[in-house]
Amino acid sequence: MIGAGELAGGRGRRLLNPIYYTIVIVSSALLGCGQDYPQSTIDPASGDFGAAIHSLYQTVFWWTMLILAVVWGVLGWVLFRYRARPGGPEPKRIHGHLGLEIGWTVGAAIIVVLITIPTIHTVFQTQREAGEDALVVEVIGHQWWWEFRYPEQDVVTANELHLPVGRQVDLRLWSADVIHSFWVPRLGGKRDLNPLVRKPDGSLAINRLTFTVDEAGTFMGQCAEFCGPAHSLMGLRVIAAPEPEFEEWVERMKTPVEPDSGSLAARGREVFMGATCVACHAIAGTNARGRLGPDLTRLGARTTIGAGLLENTRENLAAWITAPAEFKPGVKMPGVAEEGGGFPPTGLSSEQVEAVAAYLASLGR
Amino acid sequence: MADAIASERGPQRAHAEGHGAAALYTDPGGLWATIRGWITTVDHKRIGIMYASAALFFLLVGGLEALLIRVQLAVPENDFIGAETYNQLFTMHGTTMIFLVAMPLAVAFFNYIVPLQIGARDVAFPRLNALSFWVFLFGGLFLNSSWLFGAAPNTSWVGYANLTSVQYSPGLNVDFWVIGLSIVGISSLIGAINFITTIINLRAPGLTLMRMPLFTWMTFVTSWILATAIPVIAVALIFLAADRFFATNFFVPGAGGDPVLWQHLFWIFGHPEVYILILPSFGIISEVVPTFSRKPLFGYPIVVYAGILIGFIGWGVWSHHMFTTGLGPIADSFFVASTMIIAIPTGVKIFNWLATMWGGALRFTTAMLFAIGLVAIFTIGGLSGIMHASAPVDLQQHDSYFVVAHFHYTIVGGAVTGLFAGFYYWYPKVTGRLMSETLGKWHFWTFIVGFNLTFFPQHFVGLFGMPRRVFTYPAELGLGGWNMASTIGAFIFGVSTLIFVWNLIRSARRGTPAAANPWDAPTLEWSVPSPPPHYNFAEIPEVESRDPLWKGAAAGPDRAVATGGDEPHMPSPSAWPILTALGISLTWILLMARIWWVPLIGLAVTAVCVYSWAFQPAFRAES
Repeated sequence: MIGAGELAGGRGRRLLNPIYYTIVIVSSALLGCGQDYPQSTIDPASGDFGAAIHSLYQTVFWWTMLILAVVWGVLGWVLFRYRARPGGPEPKRIHGHLGLEIGWTVGAAIIVVLITIPTIHTVFQTQREAGEDALVVEVIGHQWWWEFRYPEQDVVTANELHLPVGRQVDLRLWSADVIHSFWVPRLGGKRDLNPLVRKPDGSLAINRLTFTVDEAGTFMGQCAEFCGPAHSLMGLRVIAAPEPEFEEWVERMKTPVEPDSGSLAARGREVFMGATCVACHAIAGTNARGRLGPDLTRLGARTTIGAGLLENTRENLAAWITAPAEFKPGVKMPGVAEEGGGFPPTGLSSEQVEAVAAYLASLGR
Repeated sequence: MADAIASERGPQRAHAEGHGAAALYTDPGGLWATIRGWITTVDHKRIGIMYASAALFFLLVGGLEALLIRVQLAVPENDFIGAETYNQLFTMHGTTMIFLVAMPLAVAFFNYIVPLQIGARDVAFPRLNALSFWVFLFGGLFLNSSWLFGAAPNTSWVGYANLTSVQYSPGLNVDFWVIGLSIVGISSLIGAINFITTIINLRAPGLTLMRMPLFTWMTFVTSWILATAIPVIAVALIFLAADRFFATNFFVPGAGGDPVLWQHLFWIFGHPEVYILILPSFGIISEVVPTFSRKPLFGYPIVVYAGILIGFIGWGVWSHHMFTTGLGPIADSFFVASTMIIAIPTGVKIFNWLATMWGGALRFTTAMLFAIGLVAIFTIGGLSGIMHASAPVDLQQHDSYFVVAHFHYTIVGGAVTGLFAGFYYWYPKVTGRLMSETLGKWHFWTFIVGFNLTFFPQHFVGLFGMPRRVFTYPAELGLGGWNMASTIGAFIFGVSTLIFVWNLIRSARRGTPAAANPWDAPTLEWSVPSPPPHYNFAEIPEVESRDPLWKGAAAGPDRAVATGGDEPHMPSPSAWPILTALGISLTWILLMARIWWVPLIGLAVTAVCVYSWAFQPAFRAES
């Protein structure tokens, strides 16, 4: 798997963050080590969405700490001062005090208003309509992987979402089966992917998520709504790069890769196209146009396979093709000897599996 | 109702039995007579004890599930148990702890304490009360019997559609869940109606609403919430059952149904449910804190109104569980505001408890320690609640371990802590013996350490990006240390709970004998002997103030016990409640046959039982 250290972003600005300090000090004291948290929600975010949430969080955090200090302070004092003492006086049986009641009710109300105002401001700020030149990406949830479609670029990919730095993105989210939730903590909050339902006005209920990534890097995320047996293994990565690099990636996605004739990869291509693989998987520029499983275009260039599950190596690809259910319970892909997702076993020989793995790995060049 | 209790004395009956625990809880004629006596009992005290015993049994089951969950999560990428087992464990842990532990434990206290607190001889409908218990027990046992089939529910305690549809959950797992919860829900509804009626109609003369003890008040509010919220979850469960058993499409998106509808229905029930869990404990500590401060509750009417207000506003906040669903900024803002408003009465209650202790003479009994524990710990849960009431912040915290930490701080740190206080407080009333204070202090301190070590780190685990309901997490998230701390805490918490259960069992025989009012508490239940005679009060007391025993005006123990063969006549035992409960449960369970007429067999059994019940006299003719 990818080491946390390779995941970039924002470490410099952490130094200015009091909450980060508090937590790191507490955690280091408790556990005796400094740690890096690639899915942290409280490191400075790498985008406007996460930053807006984080700034609001800090406001709320300090208000709640103030309340906690008052309640615990009073409680501590009361427990110390008013513990029963032998021979102490019988307490005065007072029944209440209207002024005090009004005081703490109004006090609580004021704090609540002071939290609510910036909250509602941020609610509207983070749910603004995307601008005209925003990059549209359709995010479609499947048990248990992510499909990403770029309609303007005519590109489809899976599990690794490539985004340009500094350009607003307009994610449109829905699900092909059950409810999922898109969450990349370093970039911002989550949003559910609901199965498509027609609203009374005839339109489809599609969720939107609009933000701008302001830093290049790889950001980890995963499904945040329980979606069945392999919910825990539905990871994703956002790979943010400067606009020119993103455009290069789009071009590469649209340029078919041909394996050298006579190579193992070429043999693998033959096996792939002749087997049931093509019923579910698509590879741009070939006859493989299945839509039930992840699009495999330029698969070799991805960092992981199985939705963030395994490092993308030829060995892992072969192992995955052989028996995907060993890595991902309930997976809807058949192995060579076991059915999956209602499909019969592929029946590929180990030599054929090796060839297919070589072919898929070659799709990255 | 034929079996409503009149408060007049019944015909006289010669008797001369003692009033110890043995006399109250056993029947003459040996073990079988006693078992028969318990199965057919309509005595609110016995039913209360059965509720508590069943709920404690389920507590141990749910606790074991929690420990298995924590072992699996102790280290990253663990393979102690697989995904499927894990999903069943966390689903059953949540379902069990909410529906089979926290709710029935509160109901156990409603049963035993409320009639005593209001000067009544039983609840309004004693046989209905028995029905409520048996339906609950059968529902809970049925739900747990799913383990024997290897098909325990596995779609989480919130059971979001459309994952629960036959298409995505073809096994029996969700069948067990929808049927089990439906049965348990019937029990809650019956109980709620019973307690509303009891509290309105059976209060002793002079016990006006604004003189009612806070625990009775919170029982009253909770019962109203139950009576109105349970029908909402019932609608959702019936829709789901119809989708699964009769191929309707309420939650099937492709066929015009809408999975989000489930979320609305579930949370319209689910948020009031949160207050169903917490208000009884607020009531308990509103008794415990004044007693051990030797001061009346500060701001009694404010605390009552705050409870009522929480009950009402609790209906208007449900979509704060759905900020990620995509309801749009206007709906989000509304639910932000309503949720913020509900924080105010909750905070006011906290301050009133603090003010009650202020100027008092605090006695740190175990009951008081747990009440103080509630004030301290629940505040953390309330404040993290304010954090994710802020919708954009919730977009990060929702469905993460931060939320897991939050609701354990409210439900365990609030509801369960209050229930523990209630156990130590009322145990002498129930058994005539005090619980061991030494074991109690061990229980309290191991609880404080174990609970906080388990759940405080989960705030960080969530803030650092670990979603809930995951059976594994990659090592690169850097969360192994925090999770290990949680797991160690869970085992300390487990030991703590065993100390509590041991204390309950041991003290029943070996505890220090308790007088009628061992704590010098002010409310009516302490005016009768410990344990009370089965008719509670020989003479119905007259109440002239909020704290009758501190004013010395109400019935003392001398007037509470019938003398000279002058015992009030109580309703007779009946086997029909348990048989009716079997019929009701059977009706639901037979749905699993997936043949439309099979459940009618259960319905027929129910009809026969209800008919026989209706014609059985409530008071047996004297022989």
